[in-house]
Amino acid sequence: MAGEKGVVLLDLWVSPFGQRVRIALAEKGVDYEYKEQDLMNKSELLLKSNPVYKKIPVLLHDGKSICESLIIVQYIDEVWSNKAPLLPAEPLARANARFWADFIDKKVYECATRLWKLKGEEQEVAKKEFIEIFKLLEGELGDKTFFGGESFGFVDLALVPFVAWFYAYETCAKFSMEEECPKIVAWGKRCMERESVSKTLSDPTKVYEFVLFLKKRFGVE
Amino acid sequence: MERSVKLHGHWASLFVHRVQLALHLKGVKYEFIEEDLENKSSSLLLYNPVYKKVPVLVHGDCPVAESLVILRYVDDVWKDNPIMPVDDPYEHAMVSFWCHFVDNKLSKSFGAAIRTSGEEQAKAIEEFHQNLMFLEQKLAEKGSKFFGGEKIDMLDIVIGCGCHWFKAVEELSGLKLIDPNLFPHFLEWKQNFIESQEVKEVIPPFEKLTDYAKSIYKKILGHDNN
Repeated sequence: MAGEKGVVLLDLWVSPFGQRVRIALAEKGVDYEYKEQDLMNKSELLLKSNPVYKKIPVLLHDGKSICESLIIVQYIDEVWSNKAPLLPAEPLARANARFWADFIDKKVYECATRLWKLKGEEQEVAKKEFIEIFKLLEGELGDKTFFGGESFGFVDLALVPFVAWFYAYETCAKFSMEEECPKIVAWGKRCMERESVSKTLSDPTKVYEFVLFLKKRFGVE
Repeated sequence: MERSVKLHGHWASLFVHRVQLALHLKGVKYEFIEEDLENKSSSLLLYNPVYKKVPVLVHGDCPVAESLVILRYVDDVWKDNPIMPVDDPYEHAMVSFWCHFVDNKLSKSFGAAIRTSGEEQAKAIEEFHQNLMFLEQKLAEKGSKFFGGEKIDMLDIVIGCGCHWFKAVEELSGLKLIDPNLFPHFLEWKQNFIESQEVKEVIPPFEKLTDYAKSIYKKILGHDNN
């Protein structure tokens, strides 16, 4: 592995975190080898490349491994800096982008997981929190085209893979993102007009099937 | 004209200390606004409506919240004494990775180790040790005074500003959290950090912080027993 040239991505097809990296690589026009991982039977390469978390995504670049999706995206932005900047250049705008991407990381996935994993009262609580999180994000988006303004950037990339999961969340918890957060839904559609996004995000029906598979595995009916 | 720099904080908050240390390392003058965390100022709530927490850095009239975000901002604005590697995307990613690790995996396992008991605690402590071992090995490989080499970098700041908690918990609970036989490099690094001139100039005395951490820990234990 050491000294190997090129870019390799260890990933799982449906992972929103992996998709962040794929979108970033597509935005930058970087050629890479995609290696689908079996997370029930983790490869030696994955375990060696990410001994701390043993998770995907992992980017391998010229023999070095970089882990954690937002850190990988920032790395990609710095290495392939000649095209499609993902983080703004101005320090305050950069800080704002990092703040909201961090917020998305802290809040969205954990709450969304409770949405499909829990039932009854606990699910209602999760649904309420989920909508609150997205209303906050909607507030930050405002009337801008993208979170970064006119250009698709770091925060958009951090959030957009979850758009493919809306159908699954709506179906499991019985609500409508269009009703609750119409600006976010409209923003999602604008992002999907970009090839990097539309070619990367999973089909919402397939995501829902995957969630059903997870529910079965966790014994949630 | 230079814009004002204000830091909303609390004297004992390790997250606030991180920012104070970074500003001090870069020679940035700032006004410290002590917040009463039981009665937060309207300014704080205005500047950090999402989390309503300290620290918040206000540069001119622009607020920046979340300590790791603030540290990166400070490094981006004030170029003297960089706390992140310059012009090296891989090393930059590595420092970011380990800072994220400290604030997530390491700190969660520390929290679990101090809040549980019996068999659950034994498991939590083992996980904490596994996590700390990554840092021990990093220091052993590097063979330098700090994670940043001869100078304090962002990773040193992020772990260093919380390390009084280990002593607080060990003294209060009798738990052997950091065995000197298993973590000699980490303990040596800890001494280097708390004895460094810049840290002593900015961070409250280690003993005072340890006592404060103990008082918080007592509350946590009392709360968990209810």
